Amino acid sequence: MNPQSNQESSVLFDQPGPHGRKMIRIFNAIAAFLIICLIAWVLMRLHNPPGGEDQLSWDLWKPALDYEAWADFYLPGLWMTLKASIVAIIGSIVFGVVFGIGRLVPSRLVRGISAVIVEFFRAVPELLLMVFFWRWFAFAGISSPSYWAVVGGLVLYNGSVVAELVRSGVGNLPHGQREAAEALGLSPMQSLMTVEVPQALYAMLPAMITQLVVVLKDTALGSIIMYTDLLQESRRLGAMYFNILQTLVIAGIIYFVLDWLLSRLAERMPRLMQRRTWGNTVAEPTAPIAIMDATNANQIAAAHEPMPFGGAERQFPDHYHGSNATTDHWQHAHYNHGHDLQHPEVHARNWDEPLRDFARPFQTKPKRRDGGAGHTTHTDSANGPQGDSRSA
Amino acid sequence: MRARSGAWRRTLVRLLAALAAIVCVVPAAACGSANSDTHVIKIGIKFDQPGVGYKKSGTYEGFDVDVARYIAHKLGYRDDEIVWKEAPSKQREAMLQNGDVDMILASYSITDERKKAVSFAGPYLVAGQDLLVRSDNTDITGPQDLNGKRLCSVTGSTSANTVKKKFSSEVQLMEQPSYAECATALFSGIVDAVTTDDIILAGLATNSRGKLKLVGAPFTQERYGVGIKKGRTDFAKQINDAIKDMIADGSWQRAIDDNTSGTGYAPNAQYNPPDPTEGEEE
Amino acid sequence: MDDFLSLFREYNIPAAFWVNIQLTFWAAVISLVLGVILVMMRISPISSLRGFATAYVEFFKNMPLTIIMVFMVLGMFGQLKLSFSDNFDINFFWLAVTGLALYTASFVCESLRSGINTVPLGQAEACRALGLNFWQSASQVILPQAFRGSVAPMGNTLIALLKNSTVAAAASVTTETSSVMSDMIEFHASQILQIFFIFALGYVILIIPIGLLTTYLSNRLAVRR
Repeated sequence: MNPQSNQESSVLFDQPGPHGRKMIRIFNAIAAFLIICLIAWVLMRLHNPPGGEDQLSWDLWKPALDYEAWADFYLPGLWMTLKASIVAIIGSIVFGVVFGIGRLVPSRLVRGISAVIVEFFRAVPELLLMVFFWRWFAFAGISSPSYWAVVGGLVLYNGSVVAELVRSGVGNLPHGQREAAEALGLSPMQSLMTVEVPQALYAMLPAMITQLVVVLKDTALGSIIMYTDLLQESRRLGAMYFNILQTLVIAGIIYFVLDWLLSRLAERMPRLMQRRTWGNTVAEPTAPIAIMDATNANQIAAAHEPMPFGGAERQFPDHYHGSNATTDHWQHAHYNHGHDLQHPEVHARNWDEPLRDFARPFQTKPKRRDGGAGHTTHTDSANGPQGDSRSA
Repeated sequence: MRARSGAWRRTLVRLLAALAAIVCVVPAAACGSANSDTHVIKIGIKFDQPGVGYKKSGTYEGFDVDVARYIAHKLGYRDDEIVWKEAPSKQREAMLQNGDVDMILASYSITDERKKAVSFAGPYLVAGQDLLVRSDNTDITGPQDLNGKRLCSVTGSTSANTVKKKFSSEVQLMEQPSYAECATALFSGIVDAVTTDDIILAGLATNSRGKLKLVGAPFTQERYGVGIKKGRTDFAKQINDAIKDMIADGSWQRAIDDNTSGTGYAPNAQYNPPDPTEGEEE
Repeated sequence: MDDFLSLFREYNIPAAFWVNIQLTFWAAVISLVLGVILVMMRISPISSLRGFATAYVEFFKNMPLTIIMVFMVLGMFGQLKLSFSDNFDINFFWLAVTGLALYTASFVCESLRSGINTVPLGQAEACRALGLNFWQSASQVILPQAFRGSVAPMGNTLIALLKNSTVAAAASVTTETSSVMSDMIEFHASQILQIFFIFALGYVILIIPIGLLTTYLSNRLAVRR
């Protein structure tokens, strides 16, 4: 997506000429002036509010910034936030892998139960989960109920998101993977566990990092149930010096920096992970949209996908035609409808276009198709598809 | 495929190992050391109420803390044998019931409802609900003056509703997560008063650099007790004796003065100093 | 069972959900408008606007909603004195709506941007060939198609918004579901499970139609290429 984001801004308008450049300069100046005015007005208001005190004074900022503030409040609070986040992300990976596989196994009963659990926890707001767990754990006599309530709420919600990532990760693998596994004599379950799910996990790893941003942000909800996280600690500091606005600004900056760094990491991850999977690695969690998405279609992934130069192949199967696939046969629906361009039996390919690297295993001319398209397939697979070819 | 699945398995094993390590370490850190062999007393206090119970630089200060420390000394514990724990309002009963703490001094009012679940010693202070206003304010002299005014209280407390039901039905209520937000709102003028128990308000006013003051007309009685596990009558007796000593030797008054200096706060003289007799019989 | 039914008599649960639905509705409308403006700024030729929109999106995407809500009350209302009404209940409701809208607008902008990505480059090139200027090509050709392409992420954003509306509790909106649930648990501790499931099911019931509608619309509206 990155090359595209540079492109999109320049594609909508011509290279400006002398007149255009002048107009842009004028608008630029006006816009910059307005933005500066807004900032100046806010600062003025903070400096000299109609009631109350000067929020920019050093008296208020100093206790929010000195050594004591960091050693006694921000850093312990940050540690509590990180602790809850780390435990929650590990818990949600476990939860997600278990129930994600649960939604893919052959047994209808297991699939049904997993689906109900996952969809339920995707729908319930985390704050409700946390409040419920908090009171429940306190009554049940569990020590540090607010900690476990925060972790519990985060695990159940984010775990169900991970479950959907696993499911859509498997759904977005090329079908050759399962077919090859079955050709080798593996049962559907063996194929799932040894071939498909591991690749789906690699494909979803970058999205997991992005999900960690969500987890980190959502730990701040814990302050509502008295968990002494970063937000709560900065509130406490503010209680002493009446500088809660200042301490919250510092807390906000810490959250922002952490989340921003994680986001940047998540953007770099897909390239690294692409070597290890035949699925599509994406930086954002792109689970199928909620509730009863029978096609298992990763529509968000498809929507996020750039369509450069009108008509390159899609990386994600295009489900926009409203597939009637059922969960039983969803893997077949894509190419039966002629939308999985990677599938050797799809005739929709434009055979004159050069193939991208990762499609090379299927690079056989139509006339040789019956001659054994599948046999040459695995010669290249040790290297796996190369990420670079995709982002074009 | 074989080479790759080997790598995958190694990754999985490593992941599981890391998971096991973190799951083992974190609860221990979260639960704290819970060994009962050593000679310690675990006391639940507030960590976030300046003047009452507040954690700062690894030390604890406030009126509740001073009383708790005095009681602990009388019970034969040194300073380093006291383990302070945070006791948020909604977790207090549970903490006592499952033995997380031996006693709680966290602006904990003695009520019949609570006595069903826990026992109390004390009271060590009879606080009362009061109002905190800006220092230049003159027109609010009590809860009856709040019609058309704006009042802040913390989420889930009943004190604001008491004002609305009993005194001023036209009052506008704002609820915030903690008193720090309420005080900031009072500073900036979006509310006209903050209400809760007077000792807590006095603690807030102490740190306000003279910009906030107490109205000084408490209109309820909150008997602050020492929460203990249900039925520990002997323990309650020991605590009550300690509180009596504290009042007798002047430490009690000193603790009040130290923690509310500069606010002119004095506990309601009609009920204070209190007579600690609670919890000595079943 | 009687206890269970008396919960409904004692507390007006549908009213609590109605507050969340109203919060969601107004925040959705405002954030949609804001999001469209932001995405226009992001693709515009004017670099200061692009910079502002990028900064805005990055800021709100990486900031916990709880902090934004507290700042709405103490910062916007407390310091900047921007208020909607002298009546506190109405005022806090709209402050919460503003906070939710500001936060959600960044996600709407990102969804629309991903929708713009689904529009083939040829469309923009054709606009330029026809001599349309930036405003014309963006508003008449690119954005309408981008909307159709971004139905699915927008649906997810709407679902997230509905769930996030519970955080309005941090902006002193005390009649919404999480506050009411907290209250109910406080006074009916023995029925904690029933209380939780009432509210949880309420959300499941609200969210299923949104999910179904999103799936239907994204299938229906998508441009087949």
